[in-house]
Amino acid sequence: MPKVIYVGADGTEHPVEVPVGHSVMEGAVKNRIEGIDADCGGACACATCHVYVDPAWLAKLPPKTDMEDAMLDFALVTAPNSRLSCQLRVTPELDGLIVRMPVSQH
Amino acid sequence: MSERLIIVGAGQAAVQAVQSLRVDGFAGPITLIGDEAYGPYQRPPLSKAYLLGSFERERLFLKADGFYRESGCELRLNTKVTAIDRQTKTVTLDDGSSLPYDKLLLATGTRVRKLTCPGAQLPGVHYLRDIADVDGLQQEFLAGKRIAIVGGGYIGLEVAAVAAKRGLDVTVFEAMERLMARAVSRPMSDFFAAEHAKAGVTIKFKTGVEAIEGKAQVEGARAGGHLYPADIVLVGIGVVPNDELAKAAGLETNDGIVVDRHGMTADSSIFAAGDCTRHVGREGLSIRLESVQNAIDQAKHCALAMTGKAKIYSEVPWFWSDQYDLKLQIAGLARPTDTTIVRGDPATRKFSVFHLRDGVVAAVEAVNAAPDYMIGKKLVADGVRVAPERLADTAIPIKQIAG
Repeated sequence: MPKVIYVGADGTEHPVEVPVGHSVMEGAVKNRIEGIDADCGGACACATCHVYVDPAWLAKLPPKTDMEDAMLDFALVTAPNSRLSCQLRVTPELDGLIVRMPVSQH
Repeated sequence: MSERLIIVGAGQAAVQAVQSLRVDGFAGPITLIGDEAYGPYQRPPLSKAYLLGSFERERLFLKADGFYRESGCELRLNTKVTAIDRQTKTVTLDDGSSLPYDKLLLATGTRVRKLTCPGAQLPGVHYLRDIADVDGLQQEFLAGKRIAIVGGGYIGLEVAAVAAKRGLDVTVFEAMERLMARAVSRPMSDFFAAEHAKAGVTIKFKTGVEAIEGKAQVEGARAGGHLYPADIVLVGIGVVPNDELAKAAGLETNDGIVVDRHGMTADSSIFAAGDCTRHVGREGLSIRLESVQNAIDQAKHCALAMTGKAKIYSEVPWFWSDQYDLKLQIAGLARPTDTTIVRGDPATRKFSVFHLRDGVVAAVEAVNAAPDYMIGKKLVADGVRVAPERLADTAIPIKQIAG
């Protein structure tokens, strides 16, 4: 199973094995990883699963949809490597993916 | 000794309560009792991606198995609570045994309202609430089949959209004169009616179903005096709260378990959260909400109250629905007397409807217009006054709409 490394706002690393096909958001909320709220459960309707993707992994991700782009506009303190983790599906190629979580989602 | 908590019901609110209670410092053992065979799962995808087949069952589950173990929460599935004894502070289970509690959270949710007309018991009549319901429906959900959908609300229309996509012949029977009448404004109803028509869905308005016809199984639906041939009937005519357990225990119920603004019943040991509750909303009215948002937020507030950090629940209600490639997002509770302003052109399949009450934004409905929804929700939360002509003017960016 691919491993996703969730890095808390305090720098703590939480490696989690996430099944292929699940989203990066699901890997966090299903396993007691604090820092990703995902209030809407992955419907791209709340912008509370914002993460910063490690620059080394950015190019391996599918591009943002208009919807994700529009919603990201409402996340706090975004950067060019900001993504909504509910829109990132885990694939075998993403084994080792590193995402950093913001200080707050609200 | 630390307090023992029992949670009755294993849905969204239950899981949120477990998670929040641990974060808030609740140290005692938690037992989560659910009457389904499955651990807590998400219901929203059932009528959408899961029915379509683009969302694996495994993904429905709200938490990984390890979550419960690590949270000190015992899951008891396939188990019904049959009674609450408030004197001895115990619950009775359907195997006759009983469990003691110090705190009790009722997160019993709702059940579907059943069709009562003749033929309602025929094989081929389906409801959609549980994983098992969808799995049953899937067997017959095949291209070329004719499906009669009773009720043009969220469930009926989400199923209609999936059915049309899958190549079924779809007819929706709606008793009212427009779709989702309880949930959205007329411009939104009209827009969705047009979209369903474009997808080949037939909608019969002001038409109640009088009988389901068939010998050994569904052969048709009789509605408005006509017989509509059908292979499958899907009923989506609302839900009723599971409040009987609370009522039998002497707690106040009124189409829902009555709780205060912390989620507490009149018994300070017993709380309730989610679809099963009747509570006073942020506008001061007694309401019962059926939504993920309410389940999550009310459970969070119950957890706060149980750990001595009580906070008034006054979150803005929000809802969503996916039909075809349309994402409908709603924030706030509109009233028929609100002034409605359409922002954007429905023909572009991207627009919103704002509701003003005494000049203040009270609700927003947005289709494929997430920014309108996000800003609208904030305007509702803050009670912001916005001029109708500004809301209607798409030349003004939504982020600057309040001026």
